[in-house]
Amino acid sequence: MTLRLRASLTRRDFQLSIDITLPLEGVSALFGPSGSGKTTLLRIIAGLERTRDAQVYFGDQCWQHGRVFVPLHRRRIGLVFQEHSLLPHLSVHGNLAYGYNRTPTAERRLHLPEVAEMLGLTELLARPVDQLSGGERQRVSLGRALLISPQLLLLDEPLSALDTASRREIMPFLARMAEQSSVPIIMVSHAPDEVTRLADRVAFIRAGTIERIESLRATLSRPDSPLFEDNGATSLLEGELGPVNRHGLRPLGLPAAQLWVYSDEPVGKRLRLRVLARDVSLALALPQQISIQNQLAVTIATITRLDEQRCLVACHMADGQLLLSEVTPWSAERLGLQPGLKLYALVKSVALLL
Amino acid sequence: MFELGPQDWQAITVTLRLCLYTTVILLFIATPLAWWLSSGRSPGRVALQAVVALPLVLPPTVLGFYLLIVLGPRGPVGEALEAIGLNHLAFSFGGILVGSVLYSLPFAVQPLHQAFSNLGRRPVEVASSLGAGALDRFFTVTLPLTRGGFVVAATLTFAHTLGEFGVILMLGGSIPGETRVLSVLIYDHTEAMNYDGAHRLSLLLLLFSFFTLFIVYTFSRRAEIARI
Repeated sequence: MTLRLRASLTRRDFQLSIDITLPLEGVSALFGPSGSGKTTLLRIIAGLERTRDAQVYFGDQCWQHGRVFVPLHRRRIGLVFQEHSLLPHLSVHGNLAYGYNRTPTAERRLHLPEVAEMLGLTELLARPVDQLSGGERQRVSLGRALLISPQLLLLDEPLSALDTASRREIMPFLARMAEQSSVPIIMVSHAPDEVTRLADRVAFIRAGTIERIESLRATLSRPDSPLFEDNGATSLLEGELGPVNRHGLRPLGLPAAQLWVYSDEPVGKRLRLRVLARDVSLALALPQQISIQNQLAVTIATITRLDEQRCLVACHMADGQLLLSEVTPWSAERLGLQPGLKLYALVKSVALLL
Repeated sequence: MFELGPQDWQAITVTLRLCLYTTVILLFIATPLAWWLSSGRSPGRVALQAVVALPLVLPPTVLGFYLLIVLGPRGPVGEALEAIGLNHLAFSFGGILVGSVLYSLPFAVQPLHQAFSNLGRRPVEVASSLGAGALDRFFTVTLPLTRGGFVVAATLTFAHTLGEFGVILMLGGSIPGETRVLSVLIYDHTEAMNYDGAHRLSLLLLLFSFFTLFIVYTFSRRAEIARI
């Protein structure tokens, strides 16, 4: 299934010209600077931005083409807006039930108690919405969107209006929703951490056009990826979680390429891990007397000179995943780094993403 | 001193009927107009806004004069009505009702326009994404969230119609039981040097108008608080 979209739009200050086919599977992120047209694109998909010549096909359903225009309330799209958008005259329960009650019984796949449970809203159901914290409001918005059993979820920077604590609170809910609901999600974001954490693929949008669409992994293996603005180059690793050892740590990934992490998730669960390139050191021999636990045998794939002070070394792990390391040009010369060289990567810290 | 005669009661009945009908009709007309006005900017909207505001600046006699021409026996509307066997509208309750609706239009449209603009599009878009059609959205989201605006619009319309004088005198004259409303009766009493009668009705209108404005200001403040 794919979403096919063709639209062009001219506004006073910017032009939008889009022609894309987006796979409807997992989480797709629309990533770009503010003012690049991300939200407008999302509103065209939702049918909220009336553009005369736009064509929107959701799978084999025609949502807009020529004279055909399916209004939003018949598209069954779950929408989550950037800022506070709860209906202020209804309670938490009233908000959650508003869409649920308007969904045909045969279409209902999710029900109020389970969604409230999943999003931790069970205790809040009777509350008026003006007595909720920012994070709680966004959780209600998410739950409300899920309860129409949507065919598609559109999230417009769902975390950007929240403070750091609320973001940390709601991120796991979003991740769980993406994983469990099996509803395709299109998410607008300008925050690299949101994208690396949640997305499966990224559409880069700039000045009203889509520059490219690629998988998150492909995007992160690029030394100049736009997702690296915050923390520098980052690798994204995936693996299955093993049983806990007596120090409370658990292996993630194949034995030849495993990293030790703390986690409460069940054994065998696939997890996503983020490693900053600047937290990875390289050594020609396996160091014995060192505190770093995560030591991996790797092979250098490419070396890219980023600037005067930094080289980015991309290494293949034993299981084929790509691990990025940032070293100084001096170190690279001293160790004689070159593609094909086998050596050890020392990973100082990792961040579990889900 | 405060006893009202049958003539007074008759005028009160006509006035209340006129105010009530005008208010109900105007809420039906003003709601879609105000919604359209608040849903964007275009030359058409600006023009409509100006037309709606016209009764605020025109002398009531001008409005009354044109209506007399249009609705009277030789006017296009009057002739059309007579052609299908009805009466023309000059000097009739129907005529002053049409006049009142036009004359009080800005007092119904402007509070609603304000309320809809303050509400913004977001709640309606949300309701739409949750599967609610246009009418459903209006009754379950727009109306409950702009109730204050509707109360203000209805009260102001009612009160303004109560205070109408020029249009009615031009278009309806002073026919007891048909077009003689309180303001006209006060004028008649004064003309006939019946100052006591004029006093009683004037005081009545004064108190009622104060009470109405009191309600309006109470609600318009509460309406602002209700919008989180």
